Amino acid sequence: MRIQLTKLAHARSGDKGDTANVGLIALRDDFYPLLVREVTAERVKKHFQGICKGEVERFELPNLGALNFLLHESLGGGGTLSLMTDAQGKTFSTALLRMMIDIADDEAMRLGIS
Amino acid sequence: MRDKIRIAAGQGFWGDLPDAPVRQVEDGPIDYLMLDYLAEVTMSIMQKQKTRDPKAGYARDFVSLMKQILPACVERNIRVTANAGGVNVEGCAAAVREVARELGLAGKLKIGIVTGDDILGRLDDLLARGIELRNMDTGEPLSTVRDRIQSANAYLGAEPIVAALNQGAQIVITGRCTDTGLTLAPMMHEFSWAPDNWDRLAAGTIAGHIIECGAQCSGGNCQYEWQSIPDLANVGFPIAEANADGTFVITKHDGTGGRVNMPSVKEQLVYEMGDPHGYITPDCVADFTTIQLADDGPDRVRVFGIKGKPATETLKVSISYAAGFKAVGTLVYAWPDAYLKAKAADQILRARLDRLGLRFDQVLTEFVGANATHGPLAGEPSPDLAEVQLRVGVRGNDRKAIERFTKEIAPLILTGPPAVTGFAGGRPKVEEIVAYWPALIPKGEIRSKVEITEV
Repeated sequence: MRIQLTKLAHARSGDKGDTANVGLIALRDDFYPLLVREVTAERVKKHFQGICKGEVERFELPNLGALNFLLHESLGGGGTLSLMTDAQGKTFSTALLRMMIDIADDEAMRLGIS
Repeated sequence: MRDKIRIAAGQGFWGDLPDAPVRQVEDGPIDYLMLDYLAEVTMSIMQKQKTRDPKAGYARDFVSLMKQILPACVERNIRVTANAGGVNVEGCAAAVREVARELGLAGKLKIGIVTGDDILGRLDDLLARGIELRNMDTGEPLSTVRDRIQSANAYLGAEPIVAALNQGAQIVITGRCTDTGLTLAPMMHEFSWAPDNWDRLAAGTIAGHIIECGAQCSGGNCQYEWQSIPDLANVGFPIAEANADGTFVITKHDGTGGRVNMPSVKEQLVYEMGDPHGYITPDCVADFTTIQLADDGPDRVRVFGIKGKPATETLKVSISYAAGFKAVGTLVYAWPDAYLKAKAADQILRARLDRLGLRFDQVLTEFVGANATHGPLAGEPSPDLAEVQLRVGVRGNDRKAIERFTKEIAPLILTGPPAVTGFAGGRPKVEEIVAYWPALIPKGEIRSKVEITEV
């Protein structure tokens, strides 16, 4: 089945210069391995096509059930130089939660996802 | 020596809720009030104010706040750590001293003043000695913007604040120092943590990180079950209840709104995070992958297990410089085909700018209501959108070109697509851009100074 990330995680995003960071947090501890497997740096880079012009880095925080993504060259120069409405990358969090991921039916059943 | 202290956050940024610190003092027991006033470019604003008036250059809000809460702070021995001093820490302290005297508190408190962060006057000497202050993001040497620099300050850590607290200061005022240092310092002072007890310093740093954005860890801007978060109009700002063993609890005063739970604390932990294994401050390197959280009852989250590593040999320097001008113009287009109308207006505007021969470093068009925040991820806008705001920004070094741009927005109402409004605010304003230049400096180059004055 296909499921949107917003059913599996919550998130907060912010900025450091021209880099946006998105912290993706599993809604339940047993969703975390699914996030680690499916939400790779490559997939996030592809998801933010046309928005993120640089590299995407991913860091794992199993202790918080969270992944941290750094999206380089994403904020129109960043800080006061940026002309963007969201120069601070505050809404990159829900932009990531739009992502659709594929999950096997039996795994979905085991995790109680419908 | 106490084995537990309560440190309350009163401001998440300069301009946060003015009554939040008052509530922190009055709505329940606290031992310390921590106030963060300095965003990245705040220092340049204060530098400009000081150029015009040598007595200015600090957060004046802090002085009026002190007028409100100083009597209660003295009475209950609540100590305050604040980076309100900006580029004129002495001026700020003098103003607070005057307020304290007016309140009849002469002889009843000491003010600690932390300076040594300002290196604006030393830049040429530093550059001449081969300290290049390269931009941490781009690698460029500082010489490329040397003639446009407006302020330059090193981020001080907790150490000088601890020194001021050790000498009995009730109010400690700093210039540029880390937000986290303002929270860590009271713990180091109270619990006599050694400056190389990296695990403890990392714990205090992470406590600081959690509460430094005010209500953003206690229910504000929280995605997790946001609709059920109660009474945000009465939101309780966070309090770190710190223990001598480096564990702490994040909570808020009873009877306040908002919510402190594991999801709200997790959201703040990942905010503005880089590599979680190495959160670098002047005091230590904190490892966010060691943080353990546990529910500790309603609106209480226990934090423990934190590990740290030795501090680095450098300090971060925040430099601000003039980087040209910008302006943003907006108009609102209504149904039907609001997006198509806004798009057509943008094409007309761009053609006009071309005809006028105006050149900019950047022109950005956004369609608010359609895709300004999520771009292509938002999909193709529906023809049924009730309205779309056209938002066009330009940036460049030629002030005249930017000014000319600001005269091209309102005429679109009579010359462009129909059903347009939202121009009552008049022409867009031309803004001078003050940009941020992060760099590193060897620690040995910065000597902080601590001064204690009696009121």
